[in-house]
Amino acid sequence: MGAKRRASAGRLTRKAPRRVRLLDLAHARSGDKGDTANIGLIALKPAYYPLLERQVTAARVAEHFRGVIRGDVLRYELPNLAALNFLLHGALGGGGTLSLKTDAQGKVFSTALLRMEIDVPANFDVD
Amino acid sequence: MSRTVRIASGQGFWGDWLEAPVRQIEAGPIDYLMMDYLAEVTMSIMQKQRARDPALGYARDFVPLMERVLPAAVAGGVRVVSNAGGVNPHACAAGVLEAAERLGVASDVRVGVVSGDDILDRLDQILAAGHRLVNLDTGEPLEVVRDRIQSANVYLGAWPVVDALARGATVVITGRVTDTGLTLAPMIHEFGWAADDWSRIAAGTVAGHINECGAQSTGGNCLVDWESIPDLADPGYPIVEARPDGSFVVTKHPGTGGRVSVASVTEQLLYEMGDPGNYITPDCIVDFTSIRLEQVGADRVAVHGVRGRPATDSLKVSISYLYGYKAIGTLVYSWPDALKKARKADEVIRERLRRIGLSFEEILTEYVGVNATHGPLAGEPDPDIAEVQLRIGVRAREVGPVQRFSREIAPLILNGPPSATGFAGGRPKVEEIVAYWPALIAKSEITPQVEIVTAGAAVPGVGES
Repeated sequence: MGAKRRASAGRLTRKAPRRVRLLDLAHARSGDKGDTANIGLIALKPAYYPLLERQVTAARVAEHFRGVIRGDVLRYELPNLAALNFLLHGALGGGGTLSLKTDAQGKVFSTALLRMEIDVPANFDVD
Repeated sequence: MSRTVRIASGQGFWGDWLEAPVRQIEAGPIDYLMMDYLAEVTMSIMQKQRARDPALGYARDFVPLMERVLPAAVAGGVRVVSNAGGVNPHACAAGVLEAAERLGVASDVRVGVVSGDDILDRLDQILAAGHRLVNLDTGEPLEVVRDRIQSANVYLGAWPVVDALARGATVVITGRVTDTGLTLAPMIHEFGWAADDWSRIAAGTVAGHINECGAQSTGGNCLVDWESIPDLADPGYPIVEARPDGSFVVTKHPGTGGRVSVASVTEQLLYEMGDPGNYITPDCIVDFTSIRLEQVGADRVAVHGVRGRPATDSLKVSISYLYGYKAIGTLVYSWPDALKKARKADEVIRERLRRIGLSFEEILTEYVGVNATHGPLAGEPDPDIAEVQLRIGVRAREVGPVQRFSREIAPLILNGPPSATGFAGGRPKVEEIVAYWPALIAKSEITPQVEIVTAGAAVPGVGES
């Protein structure tokens, strides 16, 4: 995985901003509280955090999960941990024991968020 | 010179790895072994078990586990703190004392029993006193489900456990004490922290949050560089090395697998997090935006800077009630056209249910291998996909429709689309749904009980916290 990211670094330093998957910028863990899933999104390097803070807004996350969740999205910032915490309401098909979903406890909303792409400036080095 | 107290996590939930507590106690020095057993659903399962047999209602595998670790715990002076007591901590304590007698160490074991969290029998009285126990999510009053309630437990904090430790308990067995309180209590006991020393209490609570899910803070379920995490066959579970000033180091025993890094600890800090500025427990409010992490050695992460605020006047109540029934059926379809066949089968089964005239609160279809984890975000599957598992779930308030549904899967193997297999498990199991009702109650309504029990005689507790 590391090697793959390094291989793409050359392309990232060209002029035009490019789309980079969050998977290459962050890691994540998710869990449940009732029918709400939470996703902790953590920058792989502290230098990536401002990019996440600027671009991975509650609105963008709501858009990303459109059709997957029924409620709204809240975002909290934890700059001390280079992390964002998202609450996705109405995400778990009723939650806990009611849910019929494979992912009734929201365990893999984390990786679903890492599919999102954001713009990275041309001069920004991602390795 | 600052003293260090080592609090090890041995179980992150009921059903966690049985070797973990044994490894914690045998693979290096620790002072306390913390074992968390309770989740929201667990209490109702235990309540049902106790209704069938008054000697049950606790995490039964805790007793054989204690039988494995007690000799080393007694020899090494390690004290055990666990909420394995569920809805019957006294029976759990009796089981542990019997185990201690079998092992010949009973004279060295004093069990502290913490109860007073179970308010099921007091519910009517509490409602009559004007506490409405409104559902925190929906705002509904408890009367709506009153006749279907199966368990009701208040989340107690660390203080009754501190009391038990102060009275010489070597094993503390509790009912619904918070996961975090089990790790915090030994710190309060050892360092003599005051109840309003909010930032230290908050620091201990953060330590508890890191400990409460077992190996999830030490490389288990860790996404960062997961393939390089060493020896997941023998993951070291977390050990908190606490200091009197509230700072602590998260580590694991040398020679064990897993990894303790800023990344692994951060993932756990954010697990099941709501508003990080207001993490509310019975003991304090923690501000997770104040936490500082620092890698201070191999598999050693220092945690400091934690700020806390005064606790609220209420306690959370976890109430469970019978909601309805569900069943989930699966079949596997093979290439060619695996997904098309599975979709057709879904259509057929829904049409059959409709023609029989059954109605459900929900029917959910997922295609495992295609959309079960990420839904539409996964994109279009390979049309040549080797196989797809059709997974249909139904939920209803009445048991009848769910039972009938459970008979509709197998026939499809011979009378539906071709190439279906994977039905070795038999008919889908019809499950009772026990739902969860979160509420708040004034702290003044609840009196925790602490008793010290030994093999000779039970000493009724006089103190409360």
